[in-house]
Amino acid sequence: MSLTDVLITVLKVLVIVLAAPLLALVLVYVERKTLGRIQRRMGPWHVGPMGLLQTLADAVKLLTKEVLTPERAEPWAYWIAPIVVFVPGVFVLVVIPFTPELVVSRLDLSLLYVFALPAVSVVGFIMAGWGAGSKYALLGGIRLVAQAVSYEIPLLFSVLGVAILAGSLSLIDIVNAQGDTVWYGVVQPVAFVIFIMAGLAEHSRTPFDMAVGESEVMGGPTIEYSGIRWAMFMLAEYVNIFILASLGTIIFLGGWHGPVLPGWVWYLLKTTPILLFIFWLRGTLPRLRVDQLMGFCWKVLIPLSLLNVVVAATFKVYGWGPTIPMVIASVLAAYWFYRREWRQVVAVPARDPIPVPTPVPAAAE
Amino acid sequence: MAEAVPGTSDSNAEFMQINMGPQHPSTHGVCRLELAVDGEVVLSCRPEIGYLHRGVEKIAENLTVIQLPVITDRADYLSALNTELGVMLAAEQLYEVAVPERAEYIRVIMAELNRIANHMMFYGALGTDAGFSSPFIFGWWNREIIHDVFEEVTGARMLHNYIALGGVKQDVPANFKDSVKKILPQLADGLDRCHGLLTDNEIFVARTKGLNPLTPEEALRLGLTGPSLRATGLARDLRRLAPYSIYDRFEFEVPVGTVGDVHDRYMMRLLEMRESLRIIEQALEGMPDGEYRGEIPRRLRYPVGEAYSRTESPRGELGIYIVGDGQNTAHRVKIRAPAFVHVSAMEELLKGTYIADAVLIFASLDIVLGEADR
Repeated sequence: MSLTDVLITVLKVLVIVLAAPLLALVLVYVERKTLGRIQRRMGPWHVGPMGLLQTLADAVKLLTKEVLTPERAEPWAYWIAPIVVFVPGVFVLVVIPFTPELVVSRLDLSLLYVFALPAVSVVGFIMAGWGAGSKYALLGGIRLVAQAVSYEIPLLFSVLGVAILAGSLSLIDIVNAQGDTVWYGVVQPVAFVIFIMAGLAEHSRTPFDMAVGESEVMGGPTIEYSGIRWAMFMLAEYVNIFILASLGTIIFLGGWHGPVLPGWVWYLLKTTPILLFIFWLRGTLPRLRVDQLMGFCWKVLIPLSLLNVVVAATFKVYGWGPTIPMVIASVLAAYWFYRREWRQVVAVPARDPIPVPTPVPAAAE
Repeated sequence: MAEAVPGTSDSNAEFMQINMGPQHPSTHGVCRLELAVDGEVVLSCRPEIGYLHRGVEKIAENLTVIQLPVITDRADYLSALNTELGVMLAAEQLYEVAVPERAEYIRVIMAELNRIANHMMFYGALGTDAGFSSPFIFGWWNREIIHDVFEEVTGARMLHNYIALGGVKQDVPANFKDSVKKILPQLADGLDRCHGLLTDNEIFVARTKGLNPLTPEEALRLGLTGPSLRATGLARDLRRLAPYSIYDRFEFEVPVGTVGDVHDRYMMRLLEMRESLRIIEQALEGMPDGEYRGEIPRRLRYPVGEAYSRTESPRGELGIYIVGDGQNTAHRVKIRAPAFVHVSAMEELLKGTYIADAVLIFASLDIVLGEADR
């Protein structure tokens, strides 16, 4: 490896690191606009043309704010936590193949890498929750760890089928394999849905945002943070959402493949709807409860993601013939199973039937 | 962190004491709930109020009856007109003042509009507490158009000081009927949107159905009134059972629930808004011309005696007790605030629930701390 290669790699990494905050700024703007439209209002509007500079102004405000450390904080944990949360996201961006050329590192095990590394950020959240010395932060941190760790299982199972189909753990190979055959989202529709759901829970987004829910734990682990440190949590969240949408595109929607248009356009065309869908959910869904969230994961998502591996294996071994009925059956089975189990997850504990009361007559008043 | 957890073998296990409030977004003002939690489960709750205490009742003792609504507005700031109505009913009983027809109709229309505005606020707050920001904006839109009408009529959007002894302070503007008629379909449409957004939302139903169900007996023992009581199946609405003002002239249903869970309490409010719209429509039809304020005595000394009025405020049974002793100012003004009773019910209701549910249960009783603390 010559010096030039090293320099080029360093340059590429630098670009990615700088692109991450920019990406977050754009996503925050898009999210606020989307939410605004859903809620019959304008969204950011005043700063810059169409409010485009609003998030930049917010960023400047955050950067110039005083960084406070609460009296009861554990200084080390409290200081390091934002970095531990933020860095894995940037590292993951390095292996995302936007187009065949536009990828910093062609890692052979990139599929494993993109799921293994974000698990580190969970440690950052528990550090933040513990280190802030606040009970709400601790509560939120515990919630987040429990949910992130549980949801990693269906998340990994949902892409297991794809790994079987492509016969590779490299994201680039997975995209190329889809160019030869078919988008894996078609063969694995259930896995795609599970992937998005589990991904949302992993990064505690609506409707799985109980770890940071402002009406319950008021921001969870990030409650005591201010200024740049809080901004890092924010950046990490949006970078992670972008990664989620990117992986959804790459693993299930054929990445850069598509007719006529250049690869990166197709890539954007596929990523944007997923992102908008995630923002849309935020405008239209309330939050689940913690026990419902866990029940949903263990009783619904994990069995279904296992079922999905069977579908993938069928396709791999027998080809298209038996796969089409199999896919349809899996979707129906998933829906049926979801209805049945979901009812049990949210079942109301039994209580004595209430006698139907008679209205109080006016004379008794 | 204090007492050891009973029922565990670990002698070192402790409850975590959490202060929910006074600076917590879900306490609807500045209530403080002292929760002892075991993980996510609330073991005990001690509600502490008083952070918004302004001595409304004491100040009211230093005000003449003309000035009285100014301070009682501040008690329940989300449904000021309903409180004014209750206060003035009590005062009119004491002064033995008759209210002209037109004023009665104006009062009913304004009070019912305010009921809708208040329930829209409830709708938004419950949605927000369920982790859902859109209902807040949806409710707010509907509330704003009502406030626009209020502004035309009373000059204020929230704290009106409008309903006065013997009628109302000033006549409604000439286009009052038109502007109310104009917003009625808007409100009906807004209500449908609200239903569409939240009522059958799968996650919302999962969160609220079967949560904290109450029997009528339990609810009565806890002192719940208003929609929260009716959600248990007891059709106790003072507008129907002990009609005040001219409520006996209108056709309206009293919606009742079946289980008394949080979803029922939510539904009661939404159904009630529909009935309020019906009442307003009928009142607009029947509103006569004439005086907007009756004959009131020239010297407004409180007569010696006492008066008590019970009205159905959006939150529950609102009682106003006034004692006069021949002075310019009242000897005693006492407000029986439903929110105060509802806060005290928290201690029992929150026991054994999850923290996330505690927030919803608190919201479902529609507590305004201004009224509880006074």
